[in-house]
Amino acid sequence: MRRSALAAIAAIGSASLFLAGCSKADDNKNENGNTKSAGANAATKGIVNVSDKKGGTVTYEMADVPDSFDPGNTYYAYMYNLSRLWARPLMTFKPGAGQEGNTLVPDLAASKGVPSDGGKTWTYKLRSGLKYEDGSPITSKDVKYAVERSNFARDVLSLGPNYFQQFLAGGDKYKGPYKDKSDKGLSSIQTPDDTTIVFHLKQAFQEFDYLVAAPQTAPVPKAKDTGVDYVKHIVSSGSYKFQSYDDGKQAVLVRNENWDAKTDPLRKQLPDKIVVNLKVNPEKIDQDVMAGDAIDLAGTGVQASTQADVLTDPAKKANTDNTYGGRLVYMAINTKVKPFDKVECRKAVQYAIDKVSVQTAEGGPIRGDVASTVLPPDIPGYSKADVYATTGSKGDAAKAKDQLKACGKSSISTNISARSDRPQEIDAATAIINSLKKVGINASLKQYPSGKYFTDYAGVPKFTEKQNIGLIMMQWGADWPSGYGFLQQILNGKAISQSGNTNLSQYNNKDVNELLGKAIGTQDTNERNTLYTQIDKKTMDDAVLVPLTYFKVLLGRPQSYTNLVSTAAFSGQYDYLNIGVASK
Amino acid sequence: MISYILRRTVAAVILLLVVSAVTFAIFFLLPRLAGQTADQLAQQYIGKSPSKADIAAVKHNLGLDQPVYVQYWHFIKGIVAGADYNIGPTTVHCDAPCFGYSFKTHEAVWPQLTSRLPVTISLAVGAAVLWVLSGVAIGVVSALKPRSFFDRAFMGVALAGVSLPMFFTGNLALLLFTYQWPIFGTTYVPFTENPSQWANTLFPAWCSLALLYSAIYARLTRSGMLETMNEDFIRTARAKGLRERNVVVRHGLRAALTPIITVFGMDIGLLLGGALITEYVFSLHGIGEYAVKAITDNDLPPILGVTLLAAFFVVIANLLVDVLYAAADPRVRLS
Repeated sequence: MRRSALAAIAAIGSASLFLAGCSKADDNKNENGNTKSAGANAATKGIVNVSDKKGGTVTYEMADVPDSFDPGNTYYAYMYNLSRLWARPLMTFKPGAGQEGNTLVPDLAASKGVPSDGGKTWTYKLRSGLKYEDGSPITSKDVKYAVERSNFARDVLSLGPNYFQQFLAGGDKYKGPYKDKSDKGLSSIQTPDDTTIVFHLKQAFQEFDYLVAAPQTAPVPKAKDTGVDYVKHIVSSGSYKFQSYDDGKQAVLVRNENWDAKTDPLRKQLPDKIVVNLKVNPEKIDQDVMAGDAIDLAGTGVQASTQADVLTDPAKKANTDNTYGGRLVYMAINTKVKPFDKVECRKAVQYAIDKVSVQTAEGGPIRGDVASTVLPPDIPGYSKADVYATTGSKGDAAKAKDQLKACGKSSISTNISARSDRPQEIDAATAIINSLKKVGINASLKQYPSGKYFTDYAGVPKFTEKQNIGLIMMQWGADWPSGYGFLQQILNGKAISQSGNTNLSQYNNKDVNELLGKAIGTQDTNERNTLYTQIDKKTMDDAVLVPLTYFKVLLGRPQSYTNLVSTAAFSGQYDYLNIGVASK
Repeated sequence: MISYILRRTVAAVILLLVVSAVTFAIFFLLPRLAGQTADQLAQQYIGKSPSKADIAAVKHNLGLDQPVYVQYWHFIKGIVAGADYNIGPTTVHCDAPCFGYSFKTHEAVWPQLTSRLPVTISLAVGAAVLWVLSGVAIGVVSALKPRSFFDRAFMGVALAGVSLPMFFTGNLALLLFTYQWPIFGTTYVPFTENPSQWANTLFPAWCSLALLYSAIYARLTRSGMLETMNEDFIRTARAKGLRERNVVVRHGLRAALTPIITVFGMDIGLLLGGALITEYVFSLHGIGEYAVKAITDNDLPPILGVTLLAAFFVVIANLLVDVLYAAADPRVRLS
């Protein structure tokens, strides 16, 4: 009877795992005792090596250095992902494959935000029993303080975004907690009691749950905040705390004993230790990842040399995931540079470009699918379309010439800008130049360093107009996985600025601006996504940018780690919340 | 001798001041002359969509709202007397020598330099020992048996060594001796913690770097020795019945050492300022790696700090070289 019951439980367990698209780690061994591979792209379809096994050390490696480990001073997707181990935001994303990973779930909050006043006011209740690593209670005042320090003290904590500053009522006048020494703080964030926090916005913003999923809402105790130096002594609210932090070199995390699983349905606290090694040789990272001993923290994928090796070896390829990176590679057409103020001239460019040659220049299909829409497939609101379809996406010189004629031109002379330290972008721009030349559009390449691309060159409208830069190479990813998060900064006419501009087409279409405003005020998600699709179509009809590829990465999947799933919420990276170690 | 050293020290300080002024001008004055505004400079160090108030605050905090000569004065004053710095809730004092704070991370530059210096010194000194010993030995043997099989073989290897870039030799060494056959470690361990592991981790880097440099020393030694061994004083030494080993080492090599010491001074000085590629390839957190990151981020204070440190080492190394000349070659008189 007992055996039958166990068998039944085992059968149900296996069936559930199968249905969930997961592979289990602990009993999944080959003849050498190593964990069997779940196959290529398995982590894009489900969680690979599902396990609750505790112990061991998970190692992350990165070729560079993150902007900051301080949750209030970071802007990289991988730090948004990783920082959840020591900094719990109000909301976060459910670990899940692909778009399933875009699902918002409460983290520090007990439930999703409750909107009122037509979406202008958002109220969150915190879970009960929340504690910092030192055992002191976490209150809503700490969340309010965290938002204030991260958004209103950018002279010292300057690296993160400032969406709260932009959207909160009175955000443009508040001087920040370091200059305003009163206890009151920003009046548009209220904390009526220790477990309630209320945000009052300037305008209706129906995607506010996405904003509070940023690490900027992770609590920071005011008494322990040392501003710039807080990064050296971060007070953890998550399942791990810092054992050591060596700036620019290494961080070591260990279990936070005051983290309580009862207050946290998401985290499992599996490994004993988490080591983050920085400034590691990229070749070494690939070696360690493919040996199953490390995770590529930045999630940028394997090096070109490793890629060739991995793709030609079926055994190695089985431990990789080729996934969308939540980004669009595109070329903006500057509507303020003649003759691209005329839609026909812009359409000529659309038809002229051989997108397959651009894709090849960028590294082939493994580095991106040919794109035809503004929204990439892993962002809600994407709908398959191709307004300027050509045979095999290889361009159509005849149609391009027709459009050029309609524009009143037989040839065009312009400049195309690209980032000098991004060889793939230079190669893509060169492929575009060759395509355009065939229809009489002569573009000369202008290269600028990426560090100043937006502040001094491509992002300065006066500069582009003066230098006759009609075409601008660009790559864009959403700050949060929604149509608004993706489109607002690159298509909204109100987002055009005189320096640091990211609406490179200088596209200021009243309909699109209104649609964006309408979408963010619309409560129903499906309705909102339909509006994003409309904006996408309208933009493509106006031909203000040429989608080139939907960016993809080739991630090496470490075989000895568990609970690996590539999530769209963090640019295709593995979800770092519950990665553990299987017996090797 | 003391007055000579004092004179050279004063000259070195003046030289460092000139280097600091020129470097400062390149990074802070030239962009202004090229039309870049203080707002644009400040904007590089803020996240996306900064408000005007954000830009003004950053500009003020980094001192970019002041004239360049005032900024330079504050920089020099910081090195001599320290400086105060706003970290948010409070202002902290940065003790002398204060090389300022990173515009990106707001970390003080000097502690970063000093924490990374042991790694760079370990790399440079270890490699220097290898390349001097091997380079000089090869040079002497080749000079004593010119056009022999050994001479041609050694010089061939030396030429190959200097021709192969660090990206190749370093990565090859890593591939073979760290990944394929894990003989050597990959994570740097300080000498004070575990000397054997320190040496074990650094050995591939030392060898790769030494391979690059020893070729130059071998060729310098060879040509110097070939010339010296035909000198009259060598013939005299042999005629006096001195043993050949003494003739070669005490008379021949000693006289041939002068150009080698000169080059060594320059090389070690430059390397102590950071072996950029070697540190990158072997994931060593030294001065060179810090410099690369600062250059990538256009982070001016760390760039300035590394430049001055490198200049300091080059100046000191040259000073030592001048002093060593006298010891190596009695013909040289400091006066």
